[in-house]
Amino acid sequence: MTDLSLPAGPAIKLKLDRDGAIKRLFMGIIALYLVVALALPLYTMLSKSFVTYSFELDRYEFQVSDEAGVFGDPVTAAALNQQLGVFTADDLRSNSDGRLTATDFFPDFSFRSPVKYRLRGTTANAPYLVGLDLQNTTEWREYDSNTFRRINLRPVTSVGPQNYVEYFSNPTLFSSIENSVFIAAVSTVLTVVFAFGFAYALNRSCMRFKGFFRLVAMMPILVPSLLPGIALIYLFGNQGMLKSLLMGQSIYGPLGIVIGSVFFTFPHAMIIITTALSIADQRQYEAAESLRASKWRTFWTVTIPGARYGLISAAFVTFTLVITDFGLPKVIGGQYNVLAIDIYKQVIGQQNFEMGAVVSVILLIPAVLAFYVDRQVQKKQVSLLSARSVPYQPRPNRRFDALCLGWCALMAVFIVGIIAICQYAALIKFWPYDLSLSLNNYAFDKMDGGGWAAYWNSIKLAGLTAVFGTVIVFTGAYMVEKIDGFKTGRGIFQFLAMLPMAVPGMVLGLAYIFFFNNPANPLHVIYGTMTILVVSTVTHFYTVGHLTALTALKQIDAEFEPVASSLRQPFYRLFTRVTVPVCLPAILDISIYMFVNAMTTVSAVVFIYSTHTALASVAVLNMDDAGDIAPAAAMGMMIFYTNAGARLLHLFASRRILGRTQAWRLR
Amino acid sequence: MTIINRLSLGVAISALCATMAFAETELTVYTAVEAEDLARYAETFNKDHPDIKVNWVRDSTGVITAKLLAEKNNPQADLIWGLAATSLLVLKTEGMLEPYAPAGLDKLDPKFRDGDNPPSWVGMDAWVASICYNTVEGGKLGLTAPTSWMDLTKPEYAGHVVMPNPASSGTGFLDVSSWLQIFGEDKGWEYMDALHNNIAAYTHSGSKPCKMAASGETVIGVSFAFRGAKSKADGAPIEIIVPSEGIGWDMEASALIAGTAKEEAAKTLLDWSITPKAMEMYNVGYAVVGIPGIAKPVEHFPEGITDAMIDNDFEWAANNRSAILDEWTKRYDTKSEPKG
Repeated sequence: MTDLSLPAGPAIKLKLDRDGAIKRLFMGIIALYLVVALALPLYTMLSKSFVTYSFELDRYEFQVSDEAGVFGDPVTAAALNQQLGVFTADDLRSNSDGRLTATDFFPDFSFRSPVKYRLRGTTANAPYLVGLDLQNTTEWREYDSNTFRRINLRPVTSVGPQNYVEYFSNPTLFSSIENSVFIAAVSTVLTVVFAFGFAYALNRSCMRFKGFFRLVAMMPILVPSLLPGIALIYLFGNQGMLKSLLMGQSIYGPLGIVIGSVFFTFPHAMIIITTALSIADQRQYEAAESLRASKWRTFWTVTIPGARYGLISAAFVTFTLVITDFGLPKVIGGQYNVLAIDIYKQVIGQQNFEMGAVVSVILLIPAVLAFYVDRQVQKKQVSLLSARSVPYQPRPNRRFDALCLGWCALMAVFIVGIIAICQYAALIKFWPYDLSLSLNNYAFDKMDGGGWAAYWNSIKLAGLTAVFGTVIVFTGAYMVEKIDGFKTGRGIFQFLAMLPMAVPGMVLGLAYIFFFNNPANPLHVIYGTMTILVVSTVTHFYTVGHLTALTALKQIDAEFEPVASSLRQPFYRLFTRVTVPVCLPAILDISIYMFVNAMTTVSAVVFIYSTHTALASVAVLNMDDAGDIAPAAAMGMMIFYTNAGARLLHLFASRRILGRTQAWRLR
Repeated sequence: MTIINRLSLGVAISALCATMAFAETELTVYTAVEAEDLARYAETFNKDHPDIKVNWVRDSTGVITAKLLAEKNNPQADLIWGLAATSLLVLKTEGMLEPYAPAGLDKLDPKFRDGDNPPSWVGMDAWVASICYNTVEGGKLGLTAPTSWMDLTKPEYAGHVVMPNPASSGTGFLDVSSWLQIFGEDKGWEYMDALHNNIAAYTHSGSKPCKMAASGETVIGVSFAFRGAKSKADGAPIEIIVPSEGIGWDMEASALIAGTAKEEAAKTLLDWSITPKAMEMYNVGYAVVGIPGIAKPVEHFPEGITDAMIDNDFEWAANNRSAILDEWTKRYDTKSEPKG
């Protein structure tokens, strides 16, 4: 009966006032930032992964003389190869540094013979080498046979999926995927179990020292992920203090990576699980008790289902962190290959940027998958808490509390122990032969990595990232949250803002090389400067800041905007007078998050730092790389103290500012 | 002095520095020279040329080479001062080097310069492979010190040998290319197959194996003599062994980057880099330098190291670098299985 329906009325459109236009403009600017700093580089990298190098034989033409010096007919290399069959199609695939010896096309070649050779390109791009001199010409060039043996053809670029075919047809490269997944899976299970026990003790017991344990559990966030690796070398390496505990097992390899991964992912998992456990409903436990369910049964039927989303989310976050981490496998992985190391080796070692791009794309898959599942789960988490819930109140139980205290103490010893070992190692003169204390290892200027300048650069980077990152992230979140209508635009913006979480730091860094180090790109001036490091760090850590800001903004009643506009107040006055002060706790949280992560990140900056912008976290990596493990530990501890100091400062600042601006929260 | 006074003095000094900085040229110099030497090199150079400021970009040979190649179309460096000759040959084939004959070129040993005229690069000093052997840990395990490359394949050393990965380390590459030249291609790969069974780890940097041996983390580190001598001077219980078959070596060399905007200053630095004074400066750590007759013996260096240097074919090494690394990676790099 469609023809009977009412005629469609005119589409109702929200009138765009000046405020709305300005908000859209701001949102557009920040969306543009995300496109330039994230989407375009990733796209460039993706297209780069399809660039292949091969020898194009039909581009070269030879002429051979007889012994008297009379030249025969020209013949292309392709024709010669067809005739002789010396090179298969597989042999002609190459990398950017490939070479093909010209004499291979002439089976009866002898460098002593008086035969002369001529060579030319049939098209404009036909590079070849005479010894070490690059030639690229369509003119005939003549060489005697002694020179001709030094001629090598060079590959040219073309586009195709060969890189992927090559990667997947190489079973040994393929093993990296297995290794990565194995490491990440084992670490995830361990971390989630350990963190769950810890969070359970914090939320559900009446043990003492909860504040202290909470503080200790956050310590790993303040150090680069390489640091636990260094500590493990001192503990369990071949000269380790506790080597006998391993009973002959080597710490270099999966064992070391897993222990270190548990250390550095522990706080992340712990926070998520704590949040999940803290929303438990007392009434469910009362019901279970009145039904005479055993403690054990209550645990499995009430506690675990209640926290299941938190657990799943924690598992995926941990999995992503481990599979994309590069520092730990580098320091303590030994010969155990993982994807993140493969990227580093392809790019840094073999100068094979195209293959690095291929591995990057592969590394994106598990990260994107984990990210997607996590987002789905997060959405469901919100609906769990109802208005009538009664918060769970733990009751004292001596045995249980003691057990909890024991577990937390064990984890605290593990965490504090790792950090303390690093500090100790940094002060030892020459491990293990001279155990006297000295400050020699702090003479960073005599070592790789950029010296003390690197440390100051890191502080500069962290400060800039905290300031600009917070401004960009919060403004973006405000615009996308408080704009009226414009659904498509907001959807796209949300997607762009969530994307960074799924992109591993190294992948982002490699994408930046491809995108920014291209003279045709007008933005290439920022390549090699502090700016590109700030951009990369802000982008890499965008998502968490964005989510924090959104949560805070959602708490502000949407009525404020209509009220302000009915009072004829422009939105920016509302923004500066109401929104920012109300959201100040969240803003401070974003800035400290940006600061701490900018100090510790290695992966996001390892491909793009330069002379003037060497960084402390990269210095830790490079000093370890050069075998200066004790100075690496010393630099790692400098990062730790700086971050701890920043945290303290943040604490004081928030106390003071919050006391002034958040008084309205108290009745 | 009050704080205010100090502050204003500080401001005055920095203002002075700023005006001085205005007059000087800053050169971005890429290098693979050991980090602890860089400040000394720049200082000595600045004594003669205070108006040129050297900004170092230092990393291991493989990394610097990769960086230069990555920046092929947009070079960031003005000059290379101290990079493996094999790497410079690769850069030359990419047309990235500006040929230039620095003053005093004729004094240089012909081995220490590019064959072309004007040369695309000039050499500084040679660095030579050698084995660092930890006598304390070796004694604990009841091992005897190796005397040749072949010895390293003995079963008793299984899991006690560390060597650099040739794909990322210049020292690693000169080891591999020298074995292929000493033993011949087939025997060379056979040798490395056998050696692979004893290797505990392939490191990314060439100095790390020796530092690992110095700290007892491993017993035998395949590294270079200069690093060993330094660690020994620091008090490490190591012996520097020159294998009897002969040792691979490479040159540290310098070159102008084509297209630099600061050609004048870069040329001044290149001229200076081959003066006798510079050679004496290199001699502190390197037993063999570019101008014959200048080098004095270096402390803790093993004897007879110059005689043991093989007749290295650089062109062969440069043109086969890619193929060698491919083969090496195929054989050893990705084969690694989880151990334990």
